Amino acid sequence: MNLILVTFIILLAFTSYYFGRKKALVIQSSQRLTALPKFYGYYLAAWCAAPALIIFALWSVFEPSIVKTFILQDYTDQNLTKNELQLIYTKVKALAAGTYTGNITNFLDESANKYIQLKGIANSAKVAIILAILIFSLSFAYRSVQKNDRMREPVEIFLKWVLFVASLGAVLVTIGIVFSLLFEAIRFFQAVKIFDFIFGTHWYPAKTFVRDGQPDPELMKDAFGAVPLFAGTFFIAFIAMCVAIPIGLLSGIYLSEYAGRGVRKYAKPIIEILAGIPTVVYGFFAALTVGPFVKEIGNAMGLEVSAESALAAGAVMGVMIIPFISSLSDDVMTAVPQNLRDGSYAMGATKSETVKKVIFPAALPGIVGSILLAVSRAVGETMIVVMASGLAANLTMNPLESTSTITAQIVVILIGDQQFGDPKTQSAFALGISLFIVTLFLNVIALSVVKKYREKYE
Amino acid sequence: MSKIKAENVNVYYGSKQALFDVSIDIAEKEVTALIGPSGCGKSTFLRCLNRMNDVIDICRVEGSIKMDNLELNSRKLDVVRLRENVGMVFQKPNPFPKTIYENVAYGPTIHGIAQSKEEMDQIVEISLKKAALWNEVKDRLDEIGTGLSGGQQQRLCIARAISVSPEVILMDEPCSALDPIATAQIEELIDDLKKEVTIVIVTHSMSQAARVSQKTGFFHLGKLIEFGPTDKIFKNPDNQQTQDYITGRFG
Ligand SMILES: Nc1ncnc2c1ncn2[C@@H]1O[C@H](COP(=O)(O)OP(=O)(O)OP(=O)(O)O)[C@@H](O)[C@H]1O
Ligand SMILES: [Mg+2]
Repeated sequence: MNLILVTFIILLAFTSYYFGRKKALVIQSSQRLTALPKFYGYYLAAWCAAPALIIFALWSVFEPSIVKTFILQDYTDQNLTKNELQLIYTKVKALAAGTYTGNITNFLDESANKYIQLKGIANSAKVAIILAILIFSLSFAYRSVQKNDRMREPVEIFLKWVLFVASLGAVLVTIGIVFSLLFEAIRFFQAVKIFDFIFGTHWYPAKTFVRDGQPDPELMKDAFGAVPLFAGTFFIAFIAMCVAIPIGLLSGIYLSEYAGRGVRKYAKPIIEILAGIPTVVYGFFAALTVGPFVKEIGNAMGLEVSAESALAAGAVMGVMIIPFISSLSDDVMTAVPQNLRDGSYAMGATKSETVKKVIFPAALPGIVGSILLAVSRAVGETMIVVMASGLAANLTMNPLESTSTITAQIVVILIGDQQFGDPKTQSAFALGISLFIVTLFLNVIALSVVKKYREKYE
Repeated sequence: MSKIKAENVNVYYGSKQALFDVSIDIAEKEVTALIGPSGCGKSTFLRCLNRMNDVIDICRVEGSIKMDNLELNSRKLDVVRLRENVGMVFQKPNPFPKTIYENVAYGPTIHGIAQSKEEMDQIVEISLKKAALWNEVKDRLDEIGTGLSGGQQQRLCIARAISVSPEVILMDEPCSALDPIATAQIEELIDDLKKEVTIVIVTHSMSQAARVSQKTGFFHLGKLIEFGPTDKIFKNPDNQQTQDYITGRFG
């Protein structure tokens, strides 16, 4: 029903576009147009689609809660709690849809009938109102087309609002996510002291799990220490950067300064393909190939190596990040103006001297920016760690042992049994928001560094 | 005394020929001006003299260019040594995004000319003085070179070029991005420099060529049409095309 209605509105809008354009051509024969003919089409189409779709959207948002109020009116005298009312409403809906399996009371049956009836009325009303609006707005718009009013401005204003609403939506969603993170995190910090979270060195949320009842506050105290997770996160990111920075930078330099046009044309896309490999693939590559390989080599050297080592996860993550660094640093070095290169060559500098003394320093801010973006990517990476470095939050600086990260722990917390309102579940939000703050911080620095670099050449 | 002697130089960009049998004799410690309409190959010829065409993949140079009897257009030539001897100043000032001091010290560092910090300081000071920039920047040698005005930047580039005491300096429209005052300063500088170095300058300004040069060469469509003493070229050229160009009838 809804689908048909929306399709109808959109088709009508298309039709009115062509109609408006044709009308403009007719007007053209007798008077000067105020805009290109297509603007007449846009004008009609916008007036056709926008009001109808807005009303449709508002209707869809408010209809359910209004229907619900009507249904539950009959139950107000029973003194029910909010949860019980909700349960009843769910049953009514199920019954109306024919999927209810419990025993049917008369009262329930009555409500279901009422529900079906209300829905029917609502639907007809919706169709009627929307049709009325379509007729009204189209005839209004058509009249001003006929009068040959100015068409360009209203269309531009309409487009401005469409764009505004789109960006408003994006901003609101972002704010909503941050606030829901914050909200749950605050609830978590009511149960666990923020001090214990930031400075505690022991992460073992599973032990606070108690069936039916409140967990022991003593246990809570040292179950949620995030230090091992922060340490693990940065440790693995550090290993990754040790792999990615040298290889990425050197290949970036090669691509921008040494590679011929032919090599560059093929090498760059190939390196960028690395960035397109799904992280799960890197994950099992790390878990099944690199991990055992590291273990074998370590054992051969007489070292104690765990099968899930920070080294394996970090190294594979580093490989994943190489294209970021190489591609971005290639871009910033290519952007260094050719006349600086010429100036250096003309002084008798060799290629490597030119790279070292002119191009690299000139591109350095951009390179630092790209590295910071890569770090924030490494810090936020999840799959590889989950699959290759294990889930036990050891506080260790030994790359051969397994360790865990913030992201991996969030996964651990949210895959098993969970209960909303449980501090264990809420701790995921606290971790999420800390991770968000860290990456936000890195990104802000990176972007401001990159911006500064751009200004230098403009 | 001849410093550079080019014979039958042909240059190709890919399959497109940009210079046709150019032969020219550039005299020592004189200013030679190259003039001609846009795209006629002046820059291309200039870049043959310090092998900057090597930087362009598709560029191929044929013929013989001798500097003090050393063949420049040869595979065996040590390009780094050549460029130490033949400096270049570009159309758009291109100081490195480094300090003023580092800009001038760039060449001496690369070629290992200065033995000590004091010696380097001295080279920087002398070069800046020769480029008539010393008084303006002596108190801010550690500021970024790109922060100077356009004319100052160009003089900084000249200081950078002369820091390694080259025998030849090539200038490709060095004043085209500058105002008349800065241009006059550079022209004065060229006059001073020619006591010690051979200068080849490409310019679009007839009056500039007439003011600063002793010899002038006129290029057209990749050919050297006429070459001779500046006075003669401007007052009494042999070739009708030269005459037309100088009097502004085409170009
Ligand atoms: N890098 C290049 N690749 C291909 N062709 C080039 C290149 N540089 C120059 N050319 C061609 O060679 C010819 C001569 O160019 P050149 O730059 O030497 O002219 P010019 O006399 O310096 O002109 P202008 O006075 O505009 O600087 C032109 O036709 C130009 O299109
Ligand atoms: Mg030129």
